[in-house]
Amino acid sequence: MGLFDLFKSRPKNTAKTAKERLLIIVAQERGAHSAPDYLPLLKRELLEVIRKYVNVDPDAVMVNVQREGDQEVLELSVTLPDKD
Amino acid sequence: MGEIIVVTSGKGGVGKTTTSASLACGFAKRGKKTAVVDFDIGLRNLDLIMGCERRVVYDFVNVIHGDCTLKQALIKDKRFDNLSVLAASQTKDKDALTQEGVAKVIDEMRNEFDIVICDSPAGIERGAFYAMYFADRAVVVVNPEVSSVRDSDRVLGIMSSKSRRAEQGQTPIKEHLLLTRYSPDRVEKGDMMSIADVEEILGVKVIGVIPEAPEVLSASNSGVPVILDEQADAGQAYVDAVARLLGEDRPMRFTEPKRKGFFQRMFGG
Repeated sequence: MGLFDLFKSRPKNTAKTAKERLLIIVAQERGAHSAPDYLPLLKRELLEVIRKYVNVDPDAVMVNVQREGDQEVLELSVTLPDKD
Repeated sequence: MGEIIVVTSGKGGVGKTTTSASLACGFAKRGKKTAVVDFDIGLRNLDLIMGCERRVVYDFVNVIHGDCTLKQALIKDKRFDNLSVLAASQTKDKDALTQEGVAKVIDEMRNEFDIVICDSPAGIERGAFYAMYFADRAVVVVNPEVSSVRDSDRVLGIMSSKSRRAEQGQTPIKEHLLLTRYSPDRVEKGDMMSIADVEEILGVKVIGVIPEAPEVLSASNSGVPVILDEQADAGQAYVDAVARLLGEDRPMRFTEPKRKGFFQRMFGG
């Protein structure tokens, strides 16, 4: 770095940005790849059953497997449509 | 029984073949009977980096097909008589590697050598899969850069679920990271992720840090693995990595910026 470089604007700390982005994407991808294979089918069938009673959107059903210590928790959430 | 070490990365161009060649020479220099195998079928290059490209007669696929014996296909290194190279085939046939074929060759090599280094191709296709499938240990070569780190994580995931050790419920492949093209100056300025950053993201320990250095290109130009360049920082960093892989405790070198003199700091250079 020379004398004149001191007057140039310093670049932002891009390494920190890289690390933050990677921590998020890596966690997300690890989750996706370790999820059981039956999840998509389970989600589709659940949606069919729910639709017999309530007309919900395909995106309204969320199925997730979460690991809490040694336990695996199957989390299911259904957003019901607004009543107008 | 020899140990199988895969050198892999997912991403291309990060230094897998450079690393395979240097580790192989390093182990041989330390007295281990070593072989290094090129799994990049169709894109043979390890022979060039090792400097034995004109002595390739038979290759990996020839051995699998039974066209020759393993012994005939192994190329003896001119520098170390306990080091051999098995070249990749230049065939375009994607199905040239079969699980039974690779298993047969690897098992035979395991009996013959102390250490067998499998130089993986880039990607996660067949060649890369078989390079890691039989491994006892893995050296994942990673650049401190977003795409390389992400791909390394994918490869680590595949190894932990799809390798032979994983399938047979044995102790998992022992994983190490090897950081290449590391630039301490840029890390200090905040332009490059540090050793600790990469370790934290991937959850695996770094076994060696190879600084970005012009000698790496000169070494591949001349077919002399950079580990044999005793003047080069990169060469010494590989010597350290080999020692650590052999279980020795060595402090990291070349990971701090070199302090410049007053004039260099004032006027650049």
